[in-house]
Amino acid sequence: MPSYLVSIGLEVHTQINTRSKMFCACRAHYGEPPNSLTCPVCLGLPGALPVLNRGAIEKTILTGLMLGCEIPPLSKWDRKNYFYPDMPKNYQLSQFDLPLCEGGGVPLYDLAYPKDAQKDIAQPGKVVRLTRIHLEEDVAKSTHHQNDTTIDFNRAGTPLMEIVSEPELESPEETAAYLNSLRQILNYGGVSDADMEKGQLRCDVNVSVRPEGQDELGVKIELKNMNSVSAVRRALHYEIDRQITALEHGETLIQSTRRWDDDLGETQLMRTKEFAHDYRYLPDPDLLPVRTGALLEKVRPLVPELPHQKIARYESDFGITHYDASVIASDLDLSAYFEQAANTLLEREDLHLKSPAKRVANLIINDLLAALNESEKPITKCPLSAAALAELVTLIDGGKISGKQGKEVFAEMFASGRGAAEIVKEKGMEQVSDTGALETFITQAIDANPDVVQQVKDGNEKSINFLTGQVMKLSKGQANPQLVGQMLRDRLSN
Amino acid sequence: MEIHSWSLKELQDHLRKGDLSPREAVEGLDAAVAERDPAVQAYLSRDLESALRLADEADVNLPLGGIPIAIKDVINVEGQPCTCSSKILEGAYLSPYNATAITKLRAAGAIPFGRTNMDEFAMGSSTENSGIQVTHNPWDPERIPGGSSGGSAAAVAADEAFAALGTDTGGSIRQPAALCGCVGLKPTYGRVSRYGLVAFASSLDQIGPITKTIEDSAMLLQAISGADPRDSTCLDKPVPDYTAALGKDLKGVRVGLPREYFAEGIDPQVKSAVEAAIEVLSSLGAEMVELSLPHTEPAIAVYYIIATAEASTNLARFDGVRYGHRTAAAEDLMTHYGRTRAEGFGPEVKRRIILGTYVLSSGYHDEYYLRAQKVRTLIREDFSKAFEKADVLLSPTSPTPAFRIGEKVDDPLQMYLADIFTIAANLAGICAISVPCGFANAESGITLPVGLQLLGPAFGEEALLRVAHAYEQATDWSSKKPPLAPAKSGA
Repeated sequence: MPSYLVSIGLEVHTQINTRSKMFCACRAHYGEPPNSLTCPVCLGLPGALPVLNRGAIEKTILTGLMLGCEIPPLSKWDRKNYFYPDMPKNYQLSQFDLPLCEGGGVPLYDLAYPKDAQKDIAQPGKVVRLTRIHLEEDVAKSTHHQNDTTIDFNRAGTPLMEIVSEPELESPEETAAYLNSLRQILNYGGVSDADMEKGQLRCDVNVSVRPEGQDELGVKIELKNMNSVSAVRRALHYEIDRQITALEHGETLIQSTRRWDDDLGETQLMRTKEFAHDYRYLPDPDLLPVRTGALLEKVRPLVPELPHQKIARYESDFGITHYDASVIASDLDLSAYFEQAANTLLEREDLHLKSPAKRVANLIINDLLAALNESEKPITKCPLSAAALAELVTLIDGGKISGKQGKEVFAEMFASGRGAAEIVKEKGMEQVSDTGALETFITQAIDANPDVVQQVKDGNEKSINFLTGQVMKLSKGQANPQLVGQMLRDRLSN
Repeated sequence: MEIHSWSLKELQDHLRKGDLSPREAVEGLDAAVAERDPAVQAYLSRDLESALRLADEADVNLPLGGIPIAIKDVINVEGQPCTCSSKILEGAYLSPYNATAITKLRAAGAIPFGRTNMDEFAMGSSTENSGIQVTHNPWDPERIPGGSSGGSAAAVAADEAFAALGTDTGGSIRQPAALCGCVGLKPTYGRVSRYGLVAFASSLDQIGPITKTIEDSAMLLQAISGADPRDSTCLDKPVPDYTAALGKDLKGVRVGLPREYFAEGIDPQVKSAVEAAIEVLSSLGAEMVELSLPHTEPAIAVYYIIATAEASTNLARFDGVRYGHRTAAAEDLMTHYGRTRAEGFGPEVKRRIILGTYVLSSGYHDEYYLRAQKVRTLIREDFSKAFEKADVLLSPTSPTPAFRIGEKVDDPLQMYLADIFTIAANLAGICAISVPCGFANAESGITLPVGLQLLGPAFGEEALLRVAHAYEQATDWSSKKPPLAPAKSGA
């Protein structure tokens, strides 16, 4: 049995979070009563004309710049003609031969792979090339009932960006990584929340298989109706197996579109290529072509630091590990939280903390994320402010409380929203670093254990630990162990 | 008072003098329509009540204060039907909004009055393609009024309107104005907003005035011109004072005579009327310049490719889903679309949708549509060169006077040739005007108006109005009234 190569290309549609629709002043918003956000333009009434939303164009160009695309100097809009009740004009305003962005690529981040696939990444650092990005209008939302269909035009005419990749993805896992990385970048640019499960990002997936050694791609099959990244992955696993099995049985695949049924876990034939639409593209005579030059200059300064750039900066500036940096950078709000806490501490030179950013990263990754996860809260709703977390770090790294106590305090802070110092005080946790108080305990421990004291004097370093333990016991665990060890050594070396 | 025979300017003078109120003007006009329109059939509907309400609050000191204007039934007026003379919208659509031209008219104090008949979706040259009714030429009820703005032109000619708005995609203002003996002006593409004008061919359509005099045309153009944030193709260019262009002499004005527009196929009486007009203009001091527009011949083919391509997608929205005619319960979606549109559209509209769909379809797109666009550029360049040699160009508006109702309905190609002199202006996006320039004698003593077309460069409306006005003042064609609008006294 030959082994097979898989080629996957994606057409991703993502909503852009503009205030108004693509071609009229209606609000682009979700969850309003049906057909409450409409006007003659987005209802396609006779005589109404579209006008371009500059904001949507700028956000598309920004996306292009983030993904390293070329921005051609001239871009235009075309009518894509087909009849469907969710499309008020029976043509969609889209871009045919002069899209806003060409080329570019999406880097696949390690942590964007599904968790179970992160240990075995075939091509770390892979960048998937893009064909183009264009801007178009979304259609209305149809709801099918038993005997009829209702249409809500609130969504009609909202801006939609189509991001088309080359068929360079080679596995369902890479495809999942592509979608997650893309989403992260769109979040970074403030372009879209790009949440598949909320319909903010939708994708059509083209997949083909071919025997190893064959250069030209196999027969392309398009998959539709996947509503989450994991559904895309499952649909691809199913479809790749199906295609390989078919080829193994000597069948010929035909170019077609298949629909993923998530309940049955299978893809079903929708239509073959003979029924493909002829969209009869026509340059839209109602909209003028756009010269991108001035917009490009306006948008260029808005290009944010991207996830991989952020990760590199965290490693070099904060000295945290690549893994920790990747986890934190995977969420823009989390990154802001981390930077605020870490910077607060780095400014406090007076505290002489050794590597507070590392401690912050540890607390975030080991404690904060787990707590957020458990309470199903996003970082933006975190009961613990970045400043509060920084305060906790000063107590731990300043030797006021132990690391173990720190965890306890953290849990209390997260649950109650109260400050670290307050909790430490209330619980009587503060480590005793007052040498006067410690001297008394040390004298008691020395007096009670003359044998051990002799062993120390004979050079048995380990016996210091025993004495330290005695002092800790006497102090009811509140003594600072490092300090106690030091004081014991000082006393017994005389 | 025979108020309905007044021009727009005359009505304005009387209103401002206080001779009559806007309400009386509207009522007087309505009475004239009630009397004459059964024979002319220019109007599809009129809402007297709303017109009177606007009349009662009119300020006659505004530029068009208290003046009723007839509106072609393809321009949206809030609360009024907008059928486009099509069964697909008749009785099934009331407009919820105003076209920008209407908003501007209202701001100037004018009163939208009545909806005038037209070829269905402005497709035609005789108004016979109306899905609702046939309009008769006031000069001979056996003949067509021209089209597609035939209702507006017939209404103005029959003194059933002081002035009207029409639309011009390939001559639809100028040709009916010529055939009915009134003034019709197609503004430069981008001079008047198209927002609210139901699109036939978006890159060619313009709204413009149909009036009794050149001065009226200047006044109406003044009111509807100017930038519109709702129409990206409407240019943000200052609107000059068009009436200031009137009354100037023609010394030093160069009038171009395109050789191709005086070739064969012109009715001899039309030809002699136009030649006489050239004499008049020369005597007024204008200098005649012979020149050439080499790409005149392919213009009709280019027009019918571009216009139908755009129309085929513009008219896709009439599907019975949100408004308009909807077929009885269909078993599936495609049957719904097919039947709704088969029942709603007339034969000429279907013909053009099919033609436009064909020229855009995969495999033919480049051969037809793209090629037509290239030739369109050449036509545009022809005019740029011509306007280096001349200030305005001159031609007949239509090669023939009004033809008989039914004469050409079975021969669409013959019908398409009625637009031969007018379509190039739309393809080039320039402005043009038709002015009455005489009469052709038909049998049984019937006389039919002939129109003179003047073409100007983009945003050259002032030059057009200046030449047209000087010509009008030197002749008395505009004062002639058709038999269906007898200048009777005491009737």
